[in-house]
Amino acid sequence: MAQVEHSSSGDGHAVVAEHVQRHTISLLVENKFGAFNRIAGLFAAKGYNIDSLSVGPTEEEDTSRMTIVTRGDDQVIEQIMKQLNKLIDTIKVVDLTFESFVERELVLIKVQSTPTSRPEIMQIAEIFRAKVVDISPKSLTLEATGGQQKVDAIIKMLKPFGLKEIARTGRVALKREFQGEV
Amino acid sequence: MSANKIAPSSKHSSRPMTGAEIFVRSLIAEGVEVIFGYPGGAIIGVYDALVDLSDIKHVLVRHEQGATHAAEGYAKATGKPGVVLVTSGPGATNTVTGIADAYMDSIPIVVFTGQVPLKLIGNDAFQEADIVGITRPITKHSYLVRDVRELAKTIKEAFYIATTGRPGPVLVDLPKDVMAQKTVFDYPETVKLRSYNPVVEGHLKQIKKAAELINSAKRPLLYVGGGVIQSNASDELRSLAEKIHCPVTTTLHGLGSFPENNPLALGMLGMHGTWYSNMAVEYCDVLIAVGARFDDRVTGKVEAFAAEAKKIHIDIDPSAISKNVQVDVPIVGDVKTVLKSLIDLVDPLETSDWLKTIQQWKKEHPLRYATGDAIRAQYVIQKLGELTGGDAIVVTDVGQHQMWTAQFFNWTHPRSHITSGGLGTMGFSLPAAMGASFGRTDMPVISVCGDGGFQMNSQEMATIVEYKLPMKIFIINNGFLGMVRQWQELFWRRRYSHVEISGPDFVKLADAYGCPGYRVEHSSEVEDVIRKALAYKEGPVLVEFVVAREDNVYPMIPAGQTVKEMIDTPAPVDHPSNGVKEESIMVLAKG
Ligand SMILES: Cc1ncc(C[n+]2csc(CCOP(=O)(O)OP(=O)(O)O)c2C)c(N)n1
Repeated sequence: MAQVEHSSSGDGHAVVAEHVQRHTISLLVENKFGAFNRIAGLFAAKGYNIDSLSVGPTEEEDTSRMTIVTRGDDQVIEQIMKQLNKLIDTIKVVDLTFESFVERELVLIKVQSTPTSRPEIMQIAEIFRAKVVDISPKSLTLEATGGQQKVDAIIKMLKPFGLKEIARTGRVALKREFQGEV
Repeated sequence: MSANKIAPSSKHSSRPMTGAEIFVRSLIAEGVEVIFGYPGGAIIGVYDALVDLSDIKHVLVRHEQGATHAAEGYAKATGKPGVVLVTSGPGATNTVTGIADAYMDSIPIVVFTGQVPLKLIGNDAFQEADIVGITRPITKHSYLVRDVRELAKTIKEAFYIATTGRPGPVLVDLPKDVMAQKTVFDYPETVKLRSYNPVVEGHLKQIKKAAELINSAKRPLLYVGGGVIQSNASDELRSLAEKIHCPVTTTLHGLGSFPENNPLALGMLGMHGTWYSNMAVEYCDVLIAVGARFDDRVTGKVEAFAAEAKKIHIDIDPSAISKNVQVDVPIVGDVKTVLKSLIDLVDPLETSDWLKTIQQWKKEHPLRYATGDAIRAQYVIQKLGELTGGDAIVVTDVGQHQMWTAQFFNWTHPRSHITSGGLGTMGFSLPAAMGASFGRTDMPVISVCGDGGFQMNSQEMATIVEYKLPMKIFIINNGFLGMVRQWQELFWRRRYSHVEISGPDFVKLADAYGCPGYRVEHSSEVEDVIRKALAYKEGPVLVEFVVAREDNVYPMIPAGQTVKEMIDTPAPVDHPSNGVKEESIMVLAKG
């Protein structure tokens, strides 16, 4: 089960000062009572940004992996890493930003459709390798996965048809072992 | 009673027993000597187990805030963790201030709170409070025990986490039904936590870098904090300072880590630090921060703090490093262990010019105050320091008296100075001194309070009298919330807003509790009464010192400013309103 928090920068491209960088942090945590709250609470208490946060179980039963996308200058990021490490339940904290890593997000998009616009929407879906997961006389629901840019792009393309609802999972990420796109 | 069949010291038993009994046996196994607590409905089962297992002393405080401060005082005075036991809801929320205080000052305490039965959690049950949630940002870690089979392991972990690495408070929430469930007792010998392994040894490469930097220094300065006391590293600190002929300034919590009768001692630095220690910070070329955290009360305007110096920072907590100030050589590790390796790598330094300059500052700007017939708080503290020879545990509250005690006592022992530094909690002193008294009988324990702060937890007088603790309770009565009045005088055009405070007749109050009390109103009587109080060993004694009403703490660097804005003690003036005729100036320079 993935617990999802909304993305504070709606379009994924918040305007940020130059020395402020976006970082993708991957955390392995003990799957214990209160562990999630402690991490979310830390960001709130210290005033750190969360662009997106996702959490779910891992290959080991008693651990969860969290992916947090956050922003800050070097000093802020250094503190975030240290503070996360300081929490008793965190096993491993990695800033993936300067590593090669795979990042994906899943989005469900419910878009308005009419018999005339439907083929055009289906065509866009195909280009983005998105799937149709629900259909009604007035709407189509698409499922797309990809990196942030791809997800932003499909949303942008569908906008003119009228977006009814969007749900995004937030980004999940893992370090890449093979250097290059697969 | 069946409970007595298994020796209290036993760490294992195959007879199933209740969570309540396991709880008490776990504390015995952990070596706990005293619990500060207060019973109630959700924790009543645990209190029942205390009847049969009476190896642990339980001290019934008069307010749960008193229990947490007492546990802090006990921990600071002994180096052992303090233990608190309270009921759910209001019992638990009353501990919050003490937990926050322990968090800010890195004090190892373990707080056990009763909780409503598991199935009622979240239902707004009677006396339910989400204490784990409430205290999450102010605990090092916390637990809600959901299964009695987890209990012993959780308690072991709680003590381990509270006392290792950078120490701090740990809270364990105990639902009533879990404590009634039964299982076998098996207290773990060791703790294994894959996610928590505090670094003890410093990185050798970093230590070498630090040594190189020190060896190149012309004007080195050691800036040391409570970490030195926490890791029992006073001897190592002294060896290092004496080997490299380096002056030492301490934070509020560092007081006692380096003897102030040593010529290298500069006393406290920061907002109310000595003139010469703040000047030394300004002019040093290598600053060696040891177990200190560059707190804003120390640094003032952070960019200007030791701006010219290369900085070394030794601390057990990686997150304390480069948090407020960027340093050149960070070393994460236990202070004692790191200092030991560092000492061998540094050369004796030639610092005589630097020490001469500092000596000159000491001469020109000593700590000083004027005396007359009206009592000055500084004089009381200076006399107390002289008459005890520094062999005392002094627990201060928050305010002017706290700063004067820091400045004028002449600290010589680690763990002899206890105060609320990070949170600045008024009402801390009386219960914390009480806790210290339970842990230490080798030295007199003295609570020094303002008339405001004393009134915040004065209910603990009853506990103190009940146990006949040989504490000295000194109230510095200026009729004001003195420190706030000082700020209003200096920075708010002397528009006094709600800072005048009255109190009861403190001597009569002491009497009502069954405690001897004295009121002192003239300088000439001070010494005599302190002697009397120190000689009295049968129980507590309270002394009210009626002092100059409007006196200020100097030197002072106003909040967020720099050494350039430092205000030294003004030249003596007559304060007719105070009745102070400033005939003679007492001068005190450290070292
Ligand atoms: C619980 C709490 N409330 C308020 C304050 C703000 N405060 C700091 S010092 C001070 C005055 C203390 O007065 P008193 O106890 O008489 O000591 P004095 O400064 O006169 O020595 C106050 C109100 C505080 N530190 N703690």
